[in-house]
Amino acid sequence: MEKAFNVKQYNGFYFITCLCLFILYAPLLIVMIYSFNDSLSITRWGGMSLRWYYEVFYGLESEKFKLAAWNSLIIALMAATIATIVATAASIGMVRGGHFKGKSASFGLISLPIMVPEIVTAVATLIFFSAISFKLGVLSILVAHIVFCIPFAYLPISARLQGIEASYEEAAQDLYANRWKTFWHVLMPIMGPGIISGFLLGFIISLDDFIITNFVKGAGVETLPTAIFGAVKQGIKPNIMALSTLLLLFSVFLVTLSYFIGRKGNNLKTNK
Amino acid sequence: MAIKDAISLEGVRKDFGDFTAISNVTFDIADNEFFTLLGPSGCGKTTLLRMIAGFEETSAGKIKLYGDIIENLPPNKRPINTVFQNYALFPHMTVKENIGFSLKMLGWSKSDINDRVAEMVAMVKLEEFTDRKPSQLSGGQQQRVALARAMASKPKLLLLDEPLSALDLKLRKEMRSELKRLQRDTGITFIFVTHDQEEALSMSDRIAVMSSGKVQQIGNPSEIYDTPANRFVADFIGEANLLNATIQKIDGEKIICRLQSGQILTSKSSSKVNVGQSGTISIRPEKLIIKKQNFKGQYLEGKLGQSTYIGTDTQFEILLDKELSLTVRMQNSSLTSENYKNGDQVFLSIADDAAWFLLD
Repeated sequence: MEKAFNVKQYNGFYFITCLCLFILYAPLLIVMIYSFNDSLSITRWGGMSLRWYYEVFYGLESEKFKLAAWNSLIIALMAATIATIVATAASIGMVRGGHFKGKSASFGLISLPIMVPEIVTAVATLIFFSAISFKLGVLSILVAHIVFCIPFAYLPISARLQGIEASYEEAAQDLYANRWKTFWHVLMPIMGPGIISGFLLGFIISLDDFIITNFVKGAGVETLPTAIFGAVKQGIKPNIMALSTLLLLFSVFLVTLSYFIGRKGNNLKTNK
Repeated sequence: MAIKDAISLEGVRKDFGDFTAISNVTFDIADNEFFTLLGPSGCGKTTLLRMIAGFEETSAGKIKLYGDIIENLPPNKRPINTVFQNYALFPHMTVKENIGFSLKMLGWSKSDINDRVAEMVAMVKLEEFTDRKPSQLSGGQQQRVALARAMASKPKLLLLDEPLSALDLKLRKEMRSELKRLQRDTGITFIFVTHDQEEALSMSDRIAVMSSGKVQQIGNPSEIYDTPANRFVADFIGEANLLNATIQKIDGEKIICRLQSGQILTSKSSSKVNVGQSGTISIRPEKLIIKKQNFKGQYLEGKLGQSTYIGTDTQFEILLDKELSLTVRMQNSSLTSENYKNGDQVFLSIADDAAWFLLD
């Protein structure tokens, strides 16, 4: 009898696995460890301390970072919300709309922004904004973020909708629900996990964006990534490490949340 | 038209592009009737049901519900509910919420909804499960929830799309009498779609046999079984020996035919026939009786072939000639001690009304 495929039996399996994990995570780990370093140097260990975290919240640059973090949060929240609404509508149109002319083209157009080099989008967006004399600032960042969040939100939402049988909606309509009530009481709750995943994905992408934001932000307006970049230009101080660690933990939290919501959604689906 | 027709279809037709799924279907279903659409998969029975429910538009024809034209109304405006093949219970709602959904959509008050849901839950015997989600129920329980949900608003018509096909055999048989009881108790007109002829024969007041988008015959179960309208119906419902034959003589009700093998057989028919026409003679296996001795009356002569023991009955194969064989089914309790052996010369007794002539 043939043995079942077992990747562990290959020579060097553990070594290669550990090497890959090390290359992936060592830099992050170092940043996390040195964020607790009680020293001005970023390479020499000077004992444990929370002084750089204190520095982030109450130090010289804290006002700048707080404002930037606030901007980032508001923009990410609004961009993800609006992008999720648009992406949900697009998913329903694409998945439930039957066959229409230009369906594949529409799908291509929705997902293309993921493939286009970000720098190209950034330059194009900046040129577009100046062409229509759109004032650069928080609003221009928001508009740009909504646009690039849509494809990211669209993917999990449409994937979820594709897995939902049309008979739920038919049953709702059969039981006297009009189109809106069918969506509100039946389709949206069943799509829920997909919608939340889409929202969280859009939120993280927006929170983390640097290139496009840097082009369209205008003078004096900062988001967290651009503020960090600005601070690093003057030399890396350990408070940047503390800030990065906080940002990393927040992202990990969101991804974990998204994972558990997605898993709950899969349990919901078993109706056999 | 009868006064109390629950639903009337007039020349209903459905085209999908070039393909005609339903062509010119016309029939009336009486109030309080258990009506079955029976046919093989792809015959259009589900499409027809979906047109009555409102999920498919009609390409032509009229659908009337108690006299009102409904074919242009969306599903939520038709007082017709459906039990779906996969039940389509809302996975995020409890049993109670599922059953009360239609009432909530109709704007009933909370207390009225609670009362009716309690009544429905009692009717389908699910009192202990009202707060469970569908995924925590067995297939049979899900089926009951689907029934209760579809009947909660007391629809004028209940459509059932192969609702028993997902259940195992024992449960399916239990649900048959359960469905019949629910239909009697509620007085709701049922349209039941199935490909299972046993289900259709055992439950229905009337059956419409469908094939390739057309209604082949409408009648009560015994009419469909004993006097099939054509070869398709005879073949699809139950087992039948189908013999090619040509009419030689007509004597009142008696149609005397010549089989391909040369034998002469007297049959009856519901069609208008003329001498010289060819067609098919259908004989049910249980209407043939095997005898060892020659006797007076109508018979066919043959050799005994394979015999198969199937519990209550034994099924014999009788070879009339090299190519032609008939299936005979006899109850084991009626079989005498006579030993039937392969190759025995036997005589098949055929009563005058056992052979049924069908025009091609």
